[in-house]
Amino acid sequence: MSVGTTIAEKLKWLYKVLLEDEEPQDDYGELKRKGLRALYRKELADHFRSKRFLIVLLLIAVTGIASVYSASLGIGEAVMEEGNDFVFLKLFSSSGEALPSFAAFISFLGPLVGLSLGFDAINGEKTRGTLSRVLAQPIHRDAVVNGKFLAGVTVMSIMTVALVLAVGGLGIILTGIPPSLEEVIRLLLFIVITIIYMSLWLCLSLLFSLLFRQTATSALAGIAVWLFFAIFMGLLAGLIANAIVPIDESSPATLILKNQHLQQNISRISPSILYDEATATILNPAIRVLGPILVTQAEGAIPGTLPLGQSVLLVWPHITSLIAATMICFALSYIVFMRQEIRA
Amino acid sequence: MKENNVVIKTENLTKRYNGFTAVNKLNLEIYKGEIFGLLGPNGAGKTTTILMLLGLTEPTEGKAYIEGYDCTRNPMAVKSVVGYLPDNVGFYEDLTGKENLRYTGQLNGMDPDKLEKRIDMLIERVGLTEAADNKVGTYSRGMRQRLGIADVLIKDPKIVILDEPTLGIDPEGVKQMLSIITQLSIEDKRTVLISSHLLHQIQQICNRVGIFVRGELIACGQIENLAEQVSEGKPKELEIRVDCEKEDFLSLVKGFDAIDDIKYQAGLFTITSKKDIRKELVAAINSKGYSLMHLRLRGADLDDIYSQYFAGEGVIK
Repeated sequence: MSVGTTIAEKLKWLYKVLLEDEEPQDDYGELKRKGLRALYRKELADHFRSKRFLIVLLLIAVTGIASVYSASLGIGEAVMEEGNDFVFLKLFSSSGEALPSFAAFISFLGPLVGLSLGFDAINGEKTRGTLSRVLAQPIHRDAVVNGKFLAGVTVMSIMTVALVLAVGGLGIILTGIPPSLEEVIRLLLFIVITIIYMSLWLCLSLLFSLLFRQTATSALAGIAVWLFFAIFMGLLAGLIANAIVPIDESSPATLILKNQHLQQNISRISPSILYDEATATILNPAIRVLGPILVTQAEGAIPGTLPLGQSVLLVWPHITSLIAATMICFALSYIVFMRQEIRA
Repeated sequence: MKENNVVIKTENLTKRYNGFTAVNKLNLEIYKGEIFGLLGPNGAGKTTTILMLLGLTEPTEGKAYIEGYDCTRNPMAVKSVVGYLPDNVGFYEDLTGKENLRYTGQLNGMDPDKLEKRIDMLIERVGLTEAADNKVGTYSRGMRQRLGIADVLIKDPKIVILDEPTLGIDPEGVKQMLSIITQLSIEDKRTVLISSHLLHQIQQICNRVGIFVRGELIACGQIENLAEQVSEGKPKELEIRVDCEKEDFLSLVKGFDAIDDIKYQAGLFTITSKKDIRKELVAAINSKGYSLMHLRLRGADLDDIYSQYFAGEGVIK
């Protein structure tokens, strides 16, 4: 069976590879498939059994539920201020009195999920001496990386879907407002973007687990990158923008605008910022433009919400950038792993 | 041995890491059903050779074949007939012994029912029946090694490669391990390649050994012939003690042309000669009616080979 060209065919192939029993095509095709499946299942079982997964899940679930609860308390106010369109989505995107929004929490803690699932993926096996034993079995070398990646993505997908459903259900109970069809679709998009975002961090941690010998080092490296992008990138972007385009109070508007655009573009290097912008636009149809605009540009605009297609179009570059970054990290891990010496 | 009995074959197999030659032009043939010991000090390139045989490391030059499959081009075929026990074998600590074996079986795409039967059979064979459902984290080093043997045998390999299988286990464990390895060859008719630096343990069970130092095979063959190979071309040193006066002995050996030098110290003569003159010398001593108290050809037994190559960690004196 060959890998198809369309996404649907590829998904079908992946499904068959991982979960279905099928007749072999060539001598070792069956072995390869069975090997990948065994690896995938083992990784999946490992994740679900691990305490690490439980801790991260608890952390995310507690903060998620707390943020939605907090948002639901302030929802009346929000409806009065901004009108009652897409109230259900506000549960996810608006922050309550005390806590940041659900989306903001996921943006901050999502990387932790990805990192925790992958930081010891390869070097952990090397330290324990299991990698050479596994690779001595008739499997392809890349099956190890593929299996680990796919299992991680599966775990994160299950986690995200379950969490969004749970807090969504809680939101319905708390506010009594059911979601409209468009809101459901927007939430689905939010889930997809979240999975891509977490996958990026999984791939990055996979790469670190290949580059560093010690699991503690790779974990620390992952956390360092995470904190840098989540916290310092925004500050740094401001500094760099001010250095390149210096502004003060008397600067003309065009210069201030230039400075702001530059700052925004620099900060978009951070996947966290990309994710923030993408999810904010998807979850809040009232967002019509990202970044600053001049008053003259907004003149004559009719206040209202964007249709779904336009929202997606607005953040399409964000989504493709996230996917591209994920693929680059995965490709790097793949190459490094294929070329690395097996000797412990 | 016939050509078609060759199971493992290497041709000028070479591996260099940034200028350092780990394995240098190795030519090795291992025959069906034998136990071959690849002996050498640490860092001699044994593990590198094994990794190249399994297709886990690419050779810089040369070729390796197992059962006729090219190890670099066709590692899948090689890995389905070869069982490999790495040195310092590791298991998933939070899984039981059985679960670890099951995972290996699944990686080999084995049928679940057959796999369960095979696991039970192998667990019993390596004597781990009681510990089979305990987590591997609780196993001793010897138990891990035995679990490793079971792990290797899951796929019913024709060839078994063991890297330092007796390292770090107690004498009783070593005994058990060696008897298990012998069974693999004699009862199961598998070809076994053992790499080790513990010559004394391994020599008991090997049909043939290769001595591997600094990436080069310096001798290869049956243990009895090894010493000859190693000492070939070098002057022979003979230790001898005879129950007679020093002068009498000196006059006796005068007739031997091959002798280059004789030293005397505390009743012990050390004779350096071009060839092995033991037979002639003993005959001459007997004919004079002296009795021979001690006779030893230095460099002729494994102890000498051992101290020459192994104790110095690969430094050739």
